[in-house]
Amino acid sequence: MTDNLLQNLMIVELGHFALVLALMAAFLQMLVPMVGAARGDMRLMSTAGPLSSVQLVLVAASFIALTLAYVGSDFSVRNVWENSHTLKPLIYKMSGVWGNHEGSLLLWVLILALFGASIPMFGRHLPSRLKANVIGVQGSISFAFLLFILLSSNPFLRLNPAPMEGQDLNPLLQDIGLAIHPPLLYLGYVGFSVTFAFAVAALIEGRVDSAWARWVRPWALAAWLFLTLGISMGSYWAYYELGWGGWWFWDPVENASLMPWILGTALLHSAIVVEKRNTLKVWTILLAILTFSLSLLGTFIVRSGVLTSVHSFATDPTRGVFILVILCVFIGGSLTLFAVRANAVQSGGIFAPVSREGGLVLNNLFLSAAAATVFIGTLYPLFYEALTGGKISVGPPFFNLTVLPLCLPLLLAMPFGPFLTWKRADIKGVAQRLYAVAAIAVAIALIGSIMSGHRNIWSMIALGLGVWLVLGALSETAFRVRWQWSNPAPSLRRLVHLPRASWGAMLGHLGVGVMVLGIGGAGLRTEIIKDMRAGDSVEVAGYNLTFKKIVKEAGANYTQDVAVFEASRNGAMIAEIRPAKRVYPARQMPTTEAGIHTIGVSQLYLSLGEVRSDGLIVARLYHQPFILLIWIGTLIMAFGGVLSLADRRLRVGAPKAAISKMPDAVPAE
Amino acid sequence: MNRRKQNRLIIIAAAGVVLSMAAGLSLYAMNDKIVFFKSPSDIANEGLEPGVRVRIGGLVKDGTWERDGTSHLFVVTDTAKDLTVRYNGIMPDLFREGQGVVLDGSESMDGNFVADTVLAKHDENYIPAEVAAALKAQGHWQEDGKTYGDKTYGDKTYGDKTYGDKTFGEKSATP
Repeated sequence: MTDNLLQNLMIVELGHFALVLALMAAFLQMLVPMVGAARGDMRLMSTAGPLSSVQLVLVAASFIALTLAYVGSDFSVRNVWENSHTLKPLIYKMSGVWGNHEGSLLLWVLILALFGASIPMFGRHLPSRLKANVIGVQGSISFAFLLFILLSSNPFLRLNPAPMEGQDLNPLLQDIGLAIHPPLLYLGYVGFSVTFAFAVAALIEGRVDSAWARWVRPWALAAWLFLTLGISMGSYWAYYELGWGGWWFWDPVENASLMPWILGTALLHSAIVVEKRNTLKVWTILLAILTFSLSLLGTFIVRSGVLTSVHSFATDPTRGVFILVILCVFIGGSLTLFAVRANAVQSGGIFAPVSREGGLVLNNLFLSAAAATVFIGTLYPLFYEALTGGKISVGPPFFNLTVLPLCLPLLLAMPFGPFLTWKRADIKGVAQRLYAVAAIAVAIALIGSIMSGHRNIWSMIALGLGVWLVLGALSETAFRVRWQWSNPAPSLRRLVHLPRASWGAMLGHLGVGVMVLGIGGAGLRTEIIKDMRAGDSVEVAGYNLTFKKIVKEAGANYTQDVAVFEASRNGAMIAEIRPAKRVYPARQMPTTEAGIHTIGVSQLYLSLGEVRSDGLIVARLYHQPFILLIWIGTLIMAFGGVLSLADRRLRVGAPKAAISKMPDAVPAE
Repeated sequence: MNRRKQNRLIIIAAAGVVLSMAAGLSLYAMNDKIVFFKSPSDIANEGLEPGVRVRIGGLVKDGTWERDGTSHLFVVTDTAKDLTVRYNGIMPDLFREGQGVVLDGSESMDGNFVADTVLAKHDENYIPAEVAAALKAQGHWQEDGKTYGDKTYGDKTYGDKTYGDKTFGEKSATP
């Protein structure tokens, strides 16, 4: 026992020490390579790679130490005591590491260090000056956040005497969602630090060309796909865990992740223009800076608790000030650099307004405008309070009224984009190719409207739009491979040999369509709130739901009342659905566990309001048609991102020449 | 060069159109869709126009919560003034008497406040900013030397409540 304790002591102290060393490594990483780049000193520049690896090792060691403290329930560490419990299942002990402020920041920095160390790993062919500057900028971000952790959010602080039992993790966070959602989200947020670093490095050198774009785009793509998955996962988690049956609440913290996603999507598209046509360079640099700025802002909003949101757990405003300072230094610094140096970037080739470039500019315009309105709506309460002292809240009605009208033209124009040719395009020719698709989309929307009894006009618009996007994406690929039904063999061959990036683009757009279909379906949901006693039945969208009984059950660290429901249709029993009310004794906190039964891509969703001792329950019963398409759509989008990333042409840091010279070289991974 | 200028002009014009569309929509929505925060005292003093949506923060007054299935009646207070609230629906898990709550809703024709959204926060240590503001305005804000919502180690959670008697004492009894 004492040996064990001694070991634990050592591990936590070592973790703490590693974190301090990481701060020093970050300091060197911030200074030495950049000084080398400025002086043209190869020796100094060559420290970039090793320093970033050292930094990763140190931060990882520190993270592992904290994880071990959690796994071993070392309650002499305050952070563990506040957020863990001996009875908690192992997976939640581990994910609990980032279920709190300090630990989640450590995860943030770990992922930052991971990206920092991957730049030299994947970018062996990067020019050494660019590489040194990029890694130096990464080092400066690491330095700022490590300093923040050590000064105000240290997870390794001790308690004396050590308590016997921990306070347990907030029950809402004891879910597989917590194990997956934050790491994915952070991989996205922090991934944009790489594109930011590339943008700043390019400004320092005053040089942006298509090679630069080719190096940047995979990073933007990787960050984007992780952010897509992270947001999607978070949305599904909120959907089943909060028991409100909704999938998006326009909550400030959701918006905080949506803003960098929207701008990241714009960045992904504008970087194509830089790569292919060597133009839109200044704009792309600005987008890269703004995207990461919004990631930082998101971190600030989540971690400071300045905005009332479902994510506002106990938060400490003084920490917010620290992050605000970091925010100002990085955003202010990079924008100043941009203002001073943007002129040095040569502008490139010209294009007609109707062209692939023009289409991508339009895409960027709408996406930026959408990001701006989300930004205004999210932060307006803060400005308003600062200016007038009054408090207001900006909710879903605001965002539905502003963001949706901006999305509509963007989605309508989307299928045209990939048909357009570079430099100058024939819009009439493109429109002719899409006539059939448009006709089908309108017809399906009308049929859907009639079949659903004109219940929700917006759902029908979404249905039409979804079909338009899905078929539009498919037909572009069909034209690209010159598909012929009469003679499919050569078409199929061309399809197989289509570059993966083309597949990626097609799936990305198709995924948006599928998601829009799901959103439309969600608008047709049926919701019934009813008090029921054992034996009562309710009819929801053609399904008969009978409340059978209440069963009491005990889990590892909770007890629950499960309401057993039977779902049947036309007299045939389909499933047993078990929504529950849980109580976690360590926190004396009740939570609601929705009972969900999936039928195809639709769901029956049952959630308990109240379970009274006399056997009466208040139940909320939903039928959610097509709702799974929302998340399936985002998965398709992310998969498109993976395919694009796997495209040879984009293989990180390996220009074509290098590949052909050494065909047997070990792949960059 | 002329072509370049002309193209740039078109792009700028397009940007102007899209951005002014965004700005226009935002301004319009701001006039219409923004919800002001009021405390029960504000409403007692200023009154409320029927149909105007507001957000209210306060504490659920002890002993006032009446419920019948899905319909609820309770009093929200900022300790100076009370406001009777009707709500039809399912209460969040953490809705309790004596605890902070945030409500969205409007005054109905019969003079009652009808909430359409009830927010009770997920963390027992957390008091919504709106509730804190309403209580502060009434001068009821000094607690335990530190602010309420703050999960401070020395003063509140560790020092007196959880560690001292509850968690520690109870849990050490169970194996």
